[in-house]
Amino acid sequence: MTATEAETETRYDHGGDEFVYVELSAAMSLPVHFRSLAITRRLAEEAIPGVEEIAPSNASYMVRVDPDRLHPRDLVRELKRIEGEVGELSDDLTVASRIIDVPIMLNDPWTHEVLMKFRDRHQDPNGTDLDYGARINGYSSTEDFIDALAASPYLVTMMGFVPGLPWCFQLVPRERQVEVPKYVRPRTETPERAFGFGGAFAVIYPVKGAGGYQLFGSAPAPIFDGEQRLPDFAENDSVVFFKHGDVINYRRVDREEYDDVRAQVDAGTWRYSYKELEFSPSRFLADPDGTNAAMKEVLYG
Amino acid sequence: MSIRVQDPGLETTVQDTGRLGYYSIGFPPSGALDSFAYHVGNALVGNEPGAAGLEAVYLGPTLEFTVDTVIAVTGADIPAFVDGQEIPLWESVAVSAGSVLSFGQLRGGARPYIAVAGGVDVPLYYGSRSTYTLVGIGGFEGRALRAGDELAIGSDARDPRAGRRVDASDVPVHPSTAEVHLLVGLHSYRLTEDSLARFTDTEWKVTPDANRVGYRFRGAELEFVPREQPFGAGSDPANVTDCGYPVGSVQVPGGVEPIVLLQDAVTGGGYATLGTVVSVDRDRLAQTKTGDRTRFVPVDLDGALEVRKDRLGALDRIRSALA
Repeated sequence: MTATEAETETRYDHGGDEFVYVELSAAMSLPVHFRSLAITRRLAEEAIPGVEEIAPSNASYMVRVDPDRLHPRDLVRELKRIEGEVGELSDDLTVASRIIDVPIMLNDPWTHEVLMKFRDRHQDPNGTDLDYGARINGYSSTEDFIDALAASPYLVTMMGFVPGLPWCFQLVPRERQVEVPKYVRPRTETPERAFGFGGAFAVIYPVKGAGGYQLFGSAPAPIFDGEQRLPDFAENDSVVFFKHGDVINYRRVDREEYDDVRAQVDAGTWRYSYKELEFSPSRFLADPDGTNAAMKEVLYG
Repeated sequence: MSIRVQDPGLETTVQDTGRLGYYSIGFPPSGALDSFAYHVGNALVGNEPGAAGLEAVYLGPTLEFTVDTVIAVTGADIPAFVDGQEIPLWESVAVSAGSVLSFGQLRGGARPYIAVAGGVDVPLYYGSRSTYTLVGIGGFEGRALRAGDELAIGSDARDPRAGRRVDASDVPVHPSTAEVHLLVGLHSYRLTEDSLARFTDTEWKVTPDANRVGYRFRGAELEFVPREQPFGAGSDPANVTDCGYPVGSVQVPGGVEPIVLLQDAVTGGGYATLGTVVSVDRDRLAQTKTGDRTRFVPVDLDGALEVRKDRLGALDRIRSALA
């Protein structure tokens, strides 16, 4: 998981008068992500007047600044100082996390119907998104590709797009990671709870709408609940379920289990099963498969 | 103490200063697209600065007031009538219980704003009354208004009074080609130098796909610099590793239709962005409509801060004059 020198040079830039954009690396990797996490945590702790909000993301982060209180150039100076002080990834860094069981039906009828409507916006107008993903990632069959997608858990490395959408980066060494392009032109339609993949990231779309990710499946359980009807949302007093730093284990389900979860959702009784844990980036990087196995043991034990 | 919606117009929503502070879980700010018109409206009717008002687009709504109150219409240049009698824009006007506010045909701009003394009282949702229709939250039942809706009027009035007026010289004009300032950057290095120059040289035409989420433009084709894509981005040349999108940032998926993200936009994604419209100039975009032309004038950070200071300074001056 090493990155070249050029990929790890931090870029500081201004998104207009109100945002500062910091890209630690053009390429995604877990060490870079954890460094960005350490920097944004530190920034939040310092509570610098004029820093209005901090949005950590995959290999970058963004800060909304009130330029009437803090000159954006002064903010950049502070951010560079923090980057220097944080230094390289510390062995002590841990992230309060949860490992969450998330049922997913891959190669489902609902995303299939939608993706077939938008072949003119896709790299491969003649196949399906799954067939295309399998081929460009070197899998000999679509089934093998589907197995790989659900074989190891994912870390939520960014939240956003719309409320509650988690960007999930699979916790496997780079040579085992799946990577696909986004659609040539974004679709105008994506079903609610679609499981998509773009770049090296898996997502669940919380609501229906536009989208540019390859469509691979559907999740039966909601990840956004605007009225906090389900207990997972009501008890946490939040309209979104996932949090930055969560570990998600996408578990393949068949149509029967999919329908069963849907029925529980309709009845208002659905709950995700999850366990809280401390995620140690350094421990994970030293032993990815062992750490994954241990986390799954905690969840399903 | 309410407003009855007789006709909602095309898409009229409750908006305030926006839902700030939740970008990191994916809530865009929402709020009035033309912030200047919204704030001046509140100042005219004597409201606290964050009181919620109504934002319409292209076609104004028809509204009945069930109580004596004070209102002001700002923003787009559109004839407004109370009980069939034309009323001045950018001026506070007394209306009596049972009066009906209606609108004629748009003459300029795109979005009229209606402020009412006390503000529109809908429940706060994550700290704001702004409507975010994309996921159906905030505002009035999370959606645009419909005929028959009844909106409560709130108690955010400080000093309601008819006859407050904005100087004619302070009323924004809506030129046929809007000029907005653009701080080039973010992933601008992904575009060829020619394409970046073409972007700021072109008079872009607003497509029908222009709403609170974003404005799409047509006018030129832009090319990306070929490269070996960094890991995580995806192989399309317009792809970058997914990151946050500043409000006002400009992306060009496929190179043909630049999109400027506005107050209801997605908060992040994986298409390369070439820069960001200066925040106060989103007001100008909000007053452009399909078929209008827009030019992006490049500025550096100091230039962007200067534009901001001028515009917010003018707003402060107008507010003080109206207080």
